[in-house]
Amino acid sequence: MNKIVSKENFSENVVKLEVEAPLIAKSRKAGHFVIVRVGEKGERIPLTIAASDTQKGTITLVVQKIGVSSTKLCNLNVGDEITDVVGPLGKATHIENFGTVVCAGGGVGVAPMLPIVEALKKAGNRVITVLAARNKSLVILEDQMRKFSDEVIIMTDDGSSGKKGLVTNGIEEVINREKVDLCVTIGPAIMMKFVALLTKKYEIPTVASLNTIMVDGTGMCGACRVTVGGKTKFVCVDGPEFDAHQVDFDQMLMRLGAYKQEEQADMYKVSKQ
Amino acid sequence: MAEDRNVAWREDLRKGLSNKERTAIQRVKMNELEPAYRARVREEVNQGLTKEQALVEAKRCLDCPNPTCMTGCPVSINIPGFIKNIERGEILEAAKVLKETSALPAVCGRVCPQEKQCESQCFYKLKLKKDAVGIGYLERFAADYERESGMISVPEIKEKNGKKIAVVGSGPAGLSFAGDMAKMGYSVTVFEALHEIGGVLKYGIPEFRLPNKVVDVEIENLRKMGVTFIKDCIVGKTISIKDLEEDGFKGVFVASGAGLPRFMNISGENLIGVMSSNEYLTRVNLMDAANPESDTPINKGHNVAVIGGGNTAMDSVRTALRLGADRAMIVYRRSEEEMPARLEEVKHAKEEGVEFMTLHNPIEYIGDEKGRVVKMRLQKMQLGEPDASGRRSPIEIPGAIEEIDVDEVIVSIGVSPNPLIPSSVEGLQVSPKGTIVVNEGMQSSIPMLFAGGDIVRGGATVILAMGDGRAAAAAMDKYLK
Ligand SMILES: Cc1cc2nc3c(=O)[nH]c(=O)nc-3n(C[C@H](O)[C@H](O)[C@H](O)COP(=O)(O)OP(=O)(O)OC[C@H]3O[C@@H](n4cnc5c(N)ncnc54)[C@H](O)[C@@H]3O)c2cc1C
Ligand SMILES: Cc1cc2nc3c(=O)[nH]c(=O)nc-3n(C[C@H](O)[C@H](O)[C@H](O)COP(=O)(O)OP(=O)(O)OC[C@H]3O[C@@H](n4cnc5c(N)ncnc54)[C@H](O)[C@@H]3O)c2cc1C
Ligand code: SF4
Ligand code: SF4
Ligand code: FES
Repeated sequence: MNKIVSKENFSENVVKLEVEAPLIAKSRKAGHFVIVRVGEKGERIPLTIAASDTQKGTITLVVQKIGVSSTKLCNLNVGDEITDVVGPLGKATHIENFGTVVCAGGGVGVAPMLPIVEALKKAGNRVITVLAARNKSLVILEDQMRKFSDEVIIMTDDGSSGKKGLVTNGIEEVINREKVDLCVTIGPAIMMKFVALLTKKYEIPTVASLNTIMVDGTGMCGACRVTVGGKTKFVCVDGPEFDAHQVDFDQMLMRLGAYKQEEQADMYKVSKQ
Repeated sequence: MAEDRNVAWREDLRKGLSNKERTAIQRVKMNELEPAYRARVREEVNQGLTKEQALVEAKRCLDCPNPTCMTGCPVSINIPGFIKNIERGEILEAAKVLKETSALPAVCGRVCPQEKQCESQCFYKLKLKKDAVGIGYLERFAADYERESGMISVPEIKEKNGKKIAVVGSGPAGLSFAGDMAKMGYSVTVFEALHEIGGVLKYGIPEFRLPNKVVDVEIENLRKMGVTFIKDCIVGKTISIKDLEEDGFKGVFVASGAGLPRFMNISGENLIGVMSSNEYLTRVNLMDAANPESDTPINKGHNVAVIGGGNTAMDSVRTALRLGADRAMIVYRRSEEEMPARLEEVKHAKEEGVEFMTLHNPIEYIGDEKGRVVKMRLQKMQLGEPDASGRRSPIEIPGAIEEIDVDEVIVSIGVSPNPLIPSSVEGLQVSPKGTIVVNEGMQSSIPMLFAGGDIVRGGATVILAMGDGRAAAAAMDKYLK
């Protein structure tokens, strides 16, 4: 079960894995995610299903090395088995032809944004993708995004690739030049917060896909809770996508830091390998 | 039953010792680890009875002609029947008597609230106003003895009847159902959403109360009986009930439990350090987060407050102690008398140094600049008139508010039924509380779909879940014939 049938390195820190999971391949829709565990002492981490092949019975994951668990997963090779893969989880993305959609991704959000960009394009939208990173070497999945976008705008903090500036500068540039019907944003909470503030100003409906800390992914623990429109929501069952203008990003930002110290201390585990 | 009591050896036993001599024996004391030691380790607190102790305790039982104790047991275990087998030294026979009724005696002997069930109806308690016979201790003793003897009997399996049955969830309800159906010759597959089999027995109840190996042996037994377990499979997500039907499953038993945590919706509840007991216990028990080898993180609190007075609250607060808390507190809005937890757990918690702040209710959590909880505000309460549950209801004492320092808060105020199956099956009748509605045979509004355990009762007990599993198996067998 869960054998890796192919692996492709998109960049040093981003890997595409095709994994045997016939039941999930059959039942998943765009926007769904899986929970994956590597090793008997492994952590359960959520990953978006980037694609599936019902014929081959496989799903595709695009994984970025962030910490211990994502690195362990990226270090697996073709033929290896992933200890646990469970899903599909969460609510599927609402995909339709909205018109012009700006997809703004950065950091940990670029990988899970890929299948959404693809689905939006296939539904007939004009898709403009804005990718943000600190510098050129951290820009990931550019080629893959180009395949499904009408236009890709790269923004870097130092201008070493694309334009110099923040993701919000890239979005504003598009807003100033054409009518935008929807904005989709995935990335660090702080980035999504500023995207939401910007699009609120222009009254553009905005969807944020929240990547909170999770444990079970089935609504059982509440680790993933966020406040949306003043109400507590569980990202794993009520989300992961929400109206960005309603999300309390400051709270989400704090909660993401809950285990920061322990996670950093844990990094010795992969450096030891 | 009556014939059973009249067998020669039992009559001889009764004659062997007068009731006066029997009632003069003091109730046995459970062998326990020292509080100071056990409060820092994961080892099981109760060490069980020695054979000598068990033989003496078994003598106390009067083998009553009308064993009222049995009316207190939700599944009517043949209590004198198994105890008298212990008295005559036939421990494996005692275990067999237990297994006629209970699929998990080693578990129930440990976790049943005996003082409210079987032992509350014992002749000693009712008529003599003395300590009841240690029915739970003896049940555990017989089941452990059988397991440790390595001579667990794998039940006889009737000839396979070729009918496929699916079980959703691997807690006590699912496991006991699976065992009974396998015995009757059905091909049983258990689907479990998590990566471990056992439900709350694994991810909820901690090692120091119920060691995993006790549960694992039972699961291994079911495997030997031909039951198939499929982990990481969420019915309603990974596969649907319809898929199962199309796959040739003739009946489905839903035992998906009451896994959703409740919160109080008070200010500051989403601060870092405030979490549900489900999250806390899942990290520690299922993910082994306290083990440095585990990749799952856990924050070890110094001042830990656990909100609630049930078994889950006791398990959480004692876990916090074991993870090194300096101060571990129970915050409960009623008085100790109303606490739903097992008596023994409350006693153990106190011995281990847990502080009990009864008649206190949290009204707000306060965080620091990093969003970590640092203080909680508590409203002091007093007891008023009995409410719908028959317990005296807590009412606020106006103005009596106090603040205490905390760096971890575990909210343990109950769970709601898992909505996955109720919401994914069309036409399934569900109560306003979200539980699946069933008839006395545990059959739902969809004839091939049966349900039992916490998904039907809301949060209940292991023994009731297990009893439901067995009742459902009997009823489904009839339905499929
Ligand atoms: C619904 C959902 C879908 C996701 N899809 C994908 C995907 O398709 N591909 C992918 O690469 N990642 C995805 N993620 C994020 C992924 O789950 C995390 O990167 C992973 O859990 C990190 O685990 P780790 O042990 O490697 O890092 P950790 O050791 O847990 O974290 C290392 C550092 O990164 C920070 N961090 C961890 N997780 C996040 C996060 N989610 N957002 C921001 N900062 C974080 C931590 O604060 C910590 O400082 C998704 C997350 C969610 C909730
Ligand atoms: C911490 C704690 C301590 C407790 N202490 C005691 C005690 O001392 N004594 C006592 O009698 N009772 C106690 N209880 C209560 C008791 O554990 C429960 O009443 C009992 O476990 C219910 O059994 P169940 O089989 O209905 O469900 P559960 O044990 O909850 O098992 C349900 C299983 O179904 C799985 N599942 C859910 N949905 C799906 C799905 N869609 N597909 C596949 N699998 C699914 C879940 O992952 C879970 O493993 C305690 C509970 C907790 C949480
Ligand atoms: S199953 Fe529970 S209630 Fe019944 S006899 Fe055993 S310990 Fe008592
Ligand atoms: S009521 Fe008490 S003494 Fe009588 S049979 Fe039951 S356990 Fe024994
Ligand atoms: S991850 Fe546990 S409830 Fe969402």
